[in-house]
Amino acid sequence: MSDFDQELDARGLNCPLPILRAKKALNGMAAGEVLKIISTDPGSVKDFEAFASQTGNELLNSTEESGEFHFMMKKA
Amino acid sequence: MSEKKLCIIATKGTLDWAYPPFILSSTAAALGYDVTIFFTFYGLQLLKKKLSLKVSPLGNPGMPMPMGMDKWFPVMGTAIPGMEAMMTVMMKNKMKSKGIASVEDLRDLCIEAEVRLIGCQMTIDLFDMGEGDFIDEIELGGAATYFEYAGASDINLYI
Repeated sequence: MSDFDQELDARGLNCPLPILRAKKALNGMAAGEVLKIISTDPGSVKDFEAFASQTGNELLNSTEESGEFHFMMKKA
Repeated sequence: MSEKKLCIIATKGTLDWAYPPFILSSTAAALGYDVTIFFTFYGLQLLKKKLSLKVSPLGNPGMPMPMGMDKWFPVMGTAIPGMEAMMTVMMKNKMKSKGIASVEDLRDLCIEAEVRLIGCQMTIDLFDMGEGDFIDEIELGGAATYFEYAGASDINLYI
């Protein structure tokens, strides 16, 4: 079993698209479910932290793997 | 968490300056803000059904140009016919290659997120613009309409 419910591939997208796509994906999910986001935009690291603190969704994890940024966002 | 409000005045009608209002508005909407943009003067170009926004190096010394042209190209050169069209194509290609959304896409995202788009009635009258030239999702209003939203906003920006 995977540790997320849905995955969003935001590779190649630049600000503000990763955030907007994530928001859209979260809209279709239930509270407590986890969205995994993969991005190549270095600015998205700070932006997903800011997104989480302002929307109440919880950023469980933020990691970098070979130039890609992985986020785990739990829907509030 | 009570809903925050953002109000922006968009006054510019070039390709580069089309981005700040639409990027900030779509992002604010995603963060849960109630967003209003008031478009006045050249900003009305951003509400046209068919966008034909351009970017110009003319009178813009801060604009990076390809191949170091900004270093050796005389200022007068930026006024050469066709320069604007060329720079616009180059800018659009560059944006596409960097994964930056088109203005049309960002505007659609704003509409989808129910960002309130208000066109300045006075500007439309001043430039004899036809209301049919604009997308259907706009409302029209004047300065008092702007203040109705601006006065209740947490953030007000003039772009």
